[in-house]
Amino acid sequence: MTGQPRRPSRRAFMQAGLAAGVALPAAAAMARAQPAPDPLITEVQDWARFLGDGVDETPYGLPIHFESDVIRRNVPWLTADTISSINFTPIHQLDGTITPAGCAFERHHSGAIEIAKPDYRLMLHGLVDRELIFTYEDLERFPRTQAVYFCECAANSGMEWAGAQLNGSQFTHGMIHNMEYVGVPLKTLLAEAGVRPEGKWIFVEGADASSNGRSIPIEKALDDVMVAFKANGEALRKEHGYPARLVVPGWEGNLWIKWLRRIEVTAGPVESREETSKYTDTLADGTSRKWTWVMDAKSVITAPSPQVTIKHGPGPLVITGLAWSGRGAITRVDVSLDGGKNWRPARLAQPGTPMAMTRFYLDHAWDGEEMLLQSRAMDETGYVQPTKDALREIRGENSVYHNNGIQTWWIKKDGSGENVEVS
Amino acid sequence: MSKFRNAVSLLVLLAASPAAAQSDGSPVPAAPSAEAKASAPLGIGRTALPEEIAAWDKDISPDGLGLPEGSGDVASGEALFTDYCASCHGDFAEGLDNWPALAGGEGTLDHDDPEKTIGSYWPYLSTVWDYVHRSMPFGNAQSLTADETYAITAYILYSNYLVEDDFTLSHTNFGEVELPNAGGFVEDDRAETEYPIFAGEPCMENCKDAVEITKHASVLDVTPEDGSDAPEGAEGM
Repeated sequence: MTGQPRRPSRRAFMQAGLAAGVALPAAAAMARAQPAPDPLITEVQDWARFLGDGVDETPYGLPIHFESDVIRRNVPWLTADTISSINFTPIHQLDGTITPAGCAFERHHSGAIEIAKPDYRLMLHGLVDRELIFTYEDLERFPRTQAVYFCECAANSGMEWAGAQLNGSQFTHGMIHNMEYVGVPLKTLLAEAGVRPEGKWIFVEGADASSNGRSIPIEKALDDVMVAFKANGEALRKEHGYPARLVVPGWEGNLWIKWLRRIEVTAGPVESREETSKYTDTLADGTSRKWTWVMDAKSVITAPSPQVTIKHGPGPLVITGLAWSGRGAITRVDVSLDGGKNWRPARLAQPGTPMAMTRFYLDHAWDGEEMLLQSRAMDETGYVQPTKDALREIRGENSVYHNNGIQTWWIKKDGSGENVEVS
Repeated sequence: MSKFRNAVSLLVLLAASPAAAQSDGSPVPAAPSAEAKASAPLGIGRTALPEEIAAWDKDISPDGLGLPEGSGDVASGEALFTDYCASCHGDFAEGLDNWPALAGGEGTLDHDDPEKTIGSYWPYLSTVWDYVHRSMPFGNAQSLTADETYAITAYILYSNYLVEDDFTLSHTNFGEVELPNAGGFVEDDRAETEYPIFAGEPCMENCKDAVEITKHASVLDVTPEDGSDAPEGAEGM
């Protein structure tokens, strides 16, 4: 065998550490000494002697109870009630990119409704050659596609427009989930009905009382929109639109109609409540943007962060986070430890894929000093995630939606963190 | 040889299929291609009946398309509003507690905390009718008749000082009402106003002289806590 890697000498290792400008105490660079034998090793533990659960114990399991704090949380003062409200994905405790459905955020306008598959109907009508009704079983007979996409609420980080407010990435950035969807391309269903040339928009609505009706231009509808019935391998959760929802890659979460019941091909937009009163972005001069569908490139460091304190002291530290863009794949994420003065490229765990979450890591030797952590995403269009100040310069502070500004965490010497803004 | 024979028979089949389709009355694709074939109807689903479409197709467009015949005046709207709406939205549509205000806020859109209501913000009356008819009252949606919805819409206009107290709204005069902020919206212009600015190779070193903390979340202290002053869900690493 040739080309066997040579083990670096201890001296070369020390020199590399010095060259990187990291002066670590020798003990921190090596495994710690143990003063006495560890009884968890030297004494036979119960789990090594007795029996665990049988395979019939848990037909469908939940996470182990030690992980019971990895849950959705809500912020009661944000909304008037919990029915038309939001909760937050615990992104600070997750890793990789796939969001477990059981703790993936919810946003309802009239609650999470229950529809059985036999009761499900999807109507496709309007400016089409054939006005159609599909049952759930019908949907499963169309050719399927599969893809991973993020669903980000338009209001994610919206509470942070006027300054640092909520303390933790779950609360500042957790109106998002990222799942692997299987379903039917909307264009396949539209072809089944036959879109007439004057059909320039679709109006889509859910079966719930709020209906959440939204207008979508026909170009997007015929591009990559999907009627999904599986997420992360299984049926959609009730709260995520069971048995079928719209998946609108890269576009604001409000358009991802849950419990989808009706698709109307129209000549123009309906200008429904959810695209006039809500999901319009008011600028400083009092005018408002409408139809701000795309979610721009964004990122956040999920650990360390205010909910993820550094307890292990100085030395090796994994800095990690998520990046995503509604305009394509993430190509690069830079991380700053000093509030944006200096940046270095992070490592992408996998190459970015369009309109899906990307995990990044920066493997850092922490010296125990304060840090002002920031991440900055870039996507394949060349877009660079802006600072909050750069966004506010253009939009003011009253946009409510589409806050993709750079987040800063102040990590203190004791390892705790706080949501701050910096000059 | 056998491969070649298979190819020939496939061609024959493809050539024969339009004729076969024609014989049973199905549409004939003019130039069959892989794409056209993929998007050809599969014959799944059934025809939607007019009664079914009428039951679900309730949306109203800004030009009034979709409005049913009917009418309602401010006075009957006030009575309905008192019965069905005022417990959340207030007697005068001003909003109670955290529930939405439907009136007020005129001229505040360029203020620090704009008050966005039907009168101050919404562009189209069609949206009021459509949303009330389909999704209100909260918790008992789709319980209002067309006439009741016209009346409540008339009362909301009156609450916003946009009509007199003897006003009657109907499908015939609906198009004459223009809301104050009808011209207040522009289509997404980020491609012109933002994307050219937020592009290019970003600064990597010595990007600013000093970095000061300007805002602290802990000053507000509004994050749900776990009982030890730490944010909920806090854990070590």
